[in-house]
Amino acid sequence: MIVVDWLQRLGRNALFFLQRLGRATVFLLQVLAGIPTIIMQPRLLLWELYSVGVLSLAIIGISGLAVGMVLGLQMYTTLVDFGAAQSLGPVVALSLVRELGPVLTALLYSGRAGSALTAEIGLMKATDQLSVMEMMAVDPLCRVVAPRFLAGVVSVPLLAAIFSAVGILGAYFVGVGLLGVDAGAFWSQMQAKVDLHADVYNGLIKSAVFGLVATWIAVFEGYDAVPTTEGVSRATTRTVVHTAFAILGLDFVLTALMFGGI
Amino acid sequence: MDNNTKNTGQVDTLVQMRGLRFAYGSRVIIDGMDIDIPRGKVTTIMGPSGTGKTTLLRLIGGQWRPQAGSVHVDGQNVHTVNRRELYRLRKRMGMLFQSGALFTHLSVFENVAFPLREHTRLPEQVIHHLVLMKLQAVGLRGARDLMPTELSGGMARRVALARAIALDPMMIMYDEPFTGQDPITVGVIMQLIRLLNDSLGITSIIVSHDVQEVSAISDKIYMISQGKVVGHGTPHDLGRSPSDWVRQFMNGLPDGPVPFQYPAPGYLDDLFGIA
Repeated sequence: MIVVDWLQRLGRNALFFLQRLGRATVFLLQVLAGIPTIIMQPRLLLWELYSVGVLSLAIIGISGLAVGMVLGLQMYTTLVDFGAAQSLGPVVALSLVRELGPVLTALLYSGRAGSALTAEIGLMKATDQLSVMEMMAVDPLCRVVAPRFLAGVVSVPLLAAIFSAVGILGAYFVGVGLLGVDAGAFWSQMQAKVDLHADVYNGLIKSAVFGLVATWIAVFEGYDAVPTTEGVSRATTRTVVHTAFAILGLDFVLTALMFGGI
Repeated sequence: MDNNTKNTGQVDTLVQMRGLRFAYGSRVIIDGMDIDIPRGKVTTIMGPSGTGKTTLLRLIGGQWRPQAGSVHVDGQNVHTVNRRELYRLRKRMGMLFQSGALFTHLSVFENVAFPLREHTRLPEQVIHHLVLMKLQAVGLRGARDLMPTELSGGMARRVALARAIALDPMMIMYDEPFTGQDPITVGVIMQLIRLLNDSLGITSIIVSHDVQEVSAISDKIYMISQGKVVGHGTPHDLGRSPSDWVRQFMNGLPDGPVPFQYPAPGYLDDLFGIA
């Protein structure tokens, strides 16, 4: 009986997951269809870019600096044992550009902007603001969701680039400024080892994919939220948790495809 | 719909519902309802809470789809027209939600200007004048710069009303406009509904359970219960209705065909588990 119950529960959950995935996919297609309209109304997009992107700069900058400094310190203590301290620059840069920049930016973005998007859209639903928009013959998917979605997709790669750049500066400060690594070696080795296409572009592609997925989850959870206080609260939590799982899972897949030779 | 019916509908009846059925899952909310909303009049749909009054407004607006039956607005079936036609129809409908549903990130002025900015290419000067005229009509021209969080519940509904008439609609739907308001605000809203209806020549549909208020301003009342129309006519007709149900509701009597208790198992069973 316990096995049957467990199988039933598993089947129910699988069906529920597939149902939501289907709804989310249809939702995404509807949002994408609204994007040309939004491009014609750049004022809306600019506002959302400010709200989603510019307001995330502080947390991205501070986190990037902290991660870069810690990375510089940790890498130095390991590399120095092998007499390879001069390789600090490329090691830090590759770690940030390929992995830490895109992944941590997406996770931080989800916590700061993604959760806010879910709560905002969910509360608009709970207070009938989306319904009243529909009744005014204004499509909320186009007017509310599409600009937020596009702003998120555009912002995350830029934020990831800033995260990586600030992180490298943090590592430079610790490695060169505090631990005595040669500045010329730090930059020249980085230039020699970091490839524009294989590393930087792939990192940007990763962060663009993460931005799309994180924003898709955020706006869908808000739009699909049960329109109550508890419903919005749960949706906001789901945004952060699901985004974390999705980003980490996708990171492995993308890394394997881009760098793993699979 | 044939031409005769359509023509008749355009002359006398703005909204026509026939055999309407709507259910949430297995719970039937509306079960075979026929309602005619006359053009240019104030019509109220009354009934106890949870009888599907707001659902009816959502069905009229095409936001929800019935399982059976039809809703024709100005001769068009709102559930069979395409999206573009539905949106064109909605531009001619206004809806006042119970909460007001103002956009919280926009000022009073911008809330009223919203439909004008979305659907017209009017110069800013003209939008400015139109918004002030609408706000003047609801007595809140002086509140144009306030944010929704700075408004009382009554003021928020009046701003929402100004927004609902911004595009000069042919009809306005009011969802519980008097609920939770003080007597002065109720009086103001009652006067506004009647005044706007008569001066702008629009059709008003009110959903409410406030007997005294709607009786004072309505031309026609439909009473609904358990998914069906249980009485309709002028407020005067309903006041003299022989129906027990209508009498109970109109007079607010605790005893009558509407049960006090929600359906439940036997009281003793619940308390002591006695079979």
